[in-house]
Amino acid sequence: MTENRKTMLLIGATSDIGRATAMAYAEAGWQVLLAARNVQSAQRNADDIATRTGAGVQVHALDILHSDAMPGFVDSLPVLPDTVVCVVGEMGDQERAQVEFDHAAMVFRTNFEGPALLLGHFANRFLARGSGAIVGVSSVAGDRGRGTNYIYGAAKAGFTAFLSGLRNRLAPSGLRVVTVKPGFVRTRMTAGMKLPGLLTAEPAEVGAAILAAAEGKRGRDVIYVRPVWRGVMSVIGAIPEPIFKKLKL
Amino acid sequence: MLLEGWGRYPRFESETRRLGDPLAVPRLVAASRGIIGRGNGRAYGDAAIGTRLTLGALGLDRMKAFDPQSGHLTVEAGVLLSDILAAFLPRGFFPPVVPGTKLVTVGGMIAADVHGKNHHRDGSFGDHLEQLTLVLPSGQAVTCGPSDNADLFRATVGGMGLTGIITEATFRMKPVETGWIRQRTIVARDLAGALQALDDSDAATYSVAWIDCVARGAGLGRSLIFAGEHATRQEVMPERPDAPLLPLASPGRLGVPFDLPAMTLNKVSVAAFNELYFRRGARNGDKPFLTHWHPYFFPLDGVDRWNRIYGRRGFLQHQCVVPPATAHAALAEILDRITRSGKASFLAVLKKMGAGGSLMSFPMPGYTLALDLRVTDETFALLDQIDRIVVSAGGRLYLAKDARQSRQTFEAGYPALQRFNDLRSAIGAPGHMASHLSSRLGI
Repeated sequence: MTENRKTMLLIGATSDIGRATAMAYAEAGWQVLLAARNVQSAQRNADDIATRTGAGVQVHALDILHSDAMPGFVDSLPVLPDTVVCVVGEMGDQERAQVEFDHAAMVFRTNFEGPALLLGHFANRFLARGSGAIVGVSSVAGDRGRGTNYIYGAAKAGFTAFLSGLRNRLAPSGLRVVTVKPGFVRTRMTAGMKLPGLLTAEPAEVGAAILAAAEGKRGRDVIYVRPVWRGVMSVIGAIPEPIFKKLKL
Repeated sequence: MLLEGWGRYPRFESETRRLGDPLAVPRLVAASRGIIGRGNGRAYGDAAIGTRLTLGALGLDRMKAFDPQSGHLTVEAGVLLSDILAAFLPRGFFPPVVPGTKLVTVGGMIAADVHGKNHHRDGSFGDHLEQLTLVLPSGQAVTCGPSDNADLFRATVGGMGLTGIITEATFRMKPVETGWIRQRTIVARDLAGALQALDDSDAATYSVAWIDCVARGAGLGRSLIFAGEHATRQEVMPERPDAPLLPLASPGRLGVPFDLPAMTLNKVSVAAFNELYFRRGARNGDKPFLTHWHPYFFPLDGVDRWNRIYGRRGFLQHQCVVPPATAHAALAEILDRITRSGKASFLAVLKKMGAGGSLMSFPMPGYTLALDLRVTDETFALLDQIDRIVVSAGGRLYLAKDARQSRQTFEAGYPALQRFNDLRSAIGAPGHMASHLSSRLGI
């Protein structure tokens, strides 16, 4: 391993956004650590990134629902990373989650509890060290609850609030926290959906946007990958509740 | 889903599935029939449209390993050549063989056993393979190479996907000092001059001729021959002190946003294009000059979706190869028919080929001529006449370009067909692996 290189940890490395983000960091010369539950699938991405960039890429096993194992996971890393990016997400099935509460709990825990607890561990260690950046991929679905995906949306809203609070807490110490709301992205999760071209980003765009927001000279706090989403969401946010509740969304 | 090749003719309905995980391929292949693999859809005709099911390989897009000492690169079969260039040219490595577009997958390059401007010296892509992984019709995944399961290997390279689904390959990249090509342009007044100039360029790493298809009579076959070498650092630095030695492709591209009316490519506009091209090439004369790798190898990749310039009905590419002994007579007759028909080809490319490759590989010693023709009611009859010239000259047509040759033409051109069929029978491929090309040609 090269001494002067910075190290980033990507949590959720088997997703398309995770793969693209890790690739963006590797291309920029970073040492990359990948964490995922499915180690075999993550290794496929690690080999790909290593072959394309010549960078060293390591894989570490992590289950985002096992909060007891988190401190041990952080200790097991070869180095406390300079940046940690969490792209963990699970849309679940809204209709199923309305009646099967175990499924709803899994969606809440995967999108909110797990990522928030894990990033909390990193926040404390970054504070102790005096440096570090945290990136959380949340969702525009968390900006306002909608009938068709409010279980997922509520979890993401919780995660968005967590990141906002964490940013507020860490800012005086000069640590950066970035909230990413990608909007539509062309990935396996959205394969088969009809997505509007202008509003839909490629995974590589998300990766580049995260790298720029977290590591660029002008840091950003909250990014929508395609800026048009900021307008879309402010319009959706401005609809009065008596009207909003009657819309089919 | 309605599928078409790059020529946009013909079109067929086929069920499609996207492959995302190599480990999931065996189950899919074993469970269906009438299957063919599809890469980036750059085969011109019906080669990558399954009679029932088409398996898209673009999700098999991971690179696996690279050894800078040996140059061995292992990738999944859906990795694009453009990605390989982007990752490895900056590190001083170039693919051993590149076809006329970089927007092809490695699996597609193997299935069509593609050739490039260096075929006369370096052979086809299959000649640089160390190993490949193939999922047989039974669902069994096997590896094969030049000395390992060699029969299966020789049937799969150039086998148009008809032995199974290729999931992975290892091949040798070659070191280059720069991404620049030292190009020399030779002007040939007629076809005999063009063939002579290609023979004289045997020592060049790369050589290809562009034929002015509108010139007739004494000027029939007048050509520009482009010979090229990978430029060394010492050659580039004095001439382009500020240029990067290993430049990537410029992201700026032209595009064809919709189907142009077929009129655009009428006789006058083609003649004007050829005149311009010929003069521009001739002006540079014999003096070698430096060219960026991208326009040298992939001039048409600079125009996004250029296949739309031929209009809704699409176009046909006709690429034949004829042996040296009959080449001049046969090519002269073909060019004469084409020019007299007034259906002048937008592009006519002439290239010398070296030794042949695998059972169903297209290349064989001789000269290959590629023509593009817009689809009209008369195009098919014209090409049938040309096929008869090719067959009597002892030549054959390139399956990756083909959309319409007859079974007779095909069988006359591929003497190893029986061995290919025997091997296919032994692995249970007939009916199981089937494209519209294979059913049209009775494979």
